[in-house]
Amino acid sequence: MPEGYFGSYVTIGVFAVVGLVLVFGTLALTRLLRPNVPTRAKTLTYESGIDPIGTGWAQANVRYYVFALLFVIFDVEAVFLFPWATVFEDLGTQAFVEMVIFIGVLALALLYAIKKRVLEWL
Amino acid sequence: MADTYLQVIFWAFFALMAIAGIRVVTTRNVIHAALYLVATLLGAASMYVLLYAEFVAWVQVLVYVGAVVVLMLFGLMLTRAPIGSANFDNNQRLVGAVCAGLLFAVTSFIMVGAFEGQEIDFTGTEGTKVQSIGEAIFSIYVLPFEIVSVLLLAALVGAVVISRRDEGRVDS
Repeated sequence: MPEGYFGSYVTIGVFAVVGLVLVFGTLALTRLLRPNVPTRAKTLTYESGIDPIGTGWAQANVRYYVFALLFVIFDVEAVFLFPWATVFEDLGTQAFVEMVIFIGVLALALLYAIKKRVLEWL
Repeated sequence: MADTYLQVIFWAFFALMAIAGIRVVTTRNVIHAALYLVATLLGAASMYVLLYAEFVAWVQVLVYVGAVVVLMLFGLMLTRAPIGSANFDNNQRLVGAVCAGLLFAVTSFIMVGAFEGQEIDFTGTEGTKVQSIGEAIFSIYVLPFEIVSVLLLAALVGAVVISRRDEGRVDS
């Protein structure tokens, strides 16, 4: 078991390598064992058991952009919560008020999105 | 001895970043460009790890690789343009190259001027503590921190205004 700061990353690296070998090793192994008889039906893109229609490129509805942006916003919020949690005890009320304002403004964003009915599923 | 390993790892990630960065601008498929950008950003995250800035590294992975690239891919999926072809190329390569070169020169100049001759002392360090980042944000840089929330609010309001259909019209 490697130690220290970089040692822990060596452990992560070992796990990553084992994971990759497991996936691609299994795929390579099955490639050696399986018979290879490609037909048109087999090479079709799997689409829930239905023959695929059109190309892989379709224009997505613009409303999904709001979902992606909301994800970004709350991702950033979560990122700020980590350093906040570590200093919360030292700074006390000050840190609390700062975070309440921050989350309050972002809650305003969420409220706006709900009010404008962009979060409703069609 | 450990330093040699770190050097090898650094140059390996550097090569990865350089190749991926070049592929971002040379690939003909914009989706591929976005995926190469993921590789570049992951390389940047590995640089942060090598600089003992673990928290920044994982924020990089979480926000940039996780969220910003997703947003970019969404943006590409929403465009009607024939994605996957070379239609995004135009004859402004020279201007782009000059702008990028100037930007690189200016930022390098500022960086070198700001940190010239300084060396980071890594001996016995366990890296930048998240606490020090938290202290900086919540006691010194409070106003920029709060402005971030307003910026995010403005981004969402803008996206909603652009993407929303007219009131009363039912979208099929």
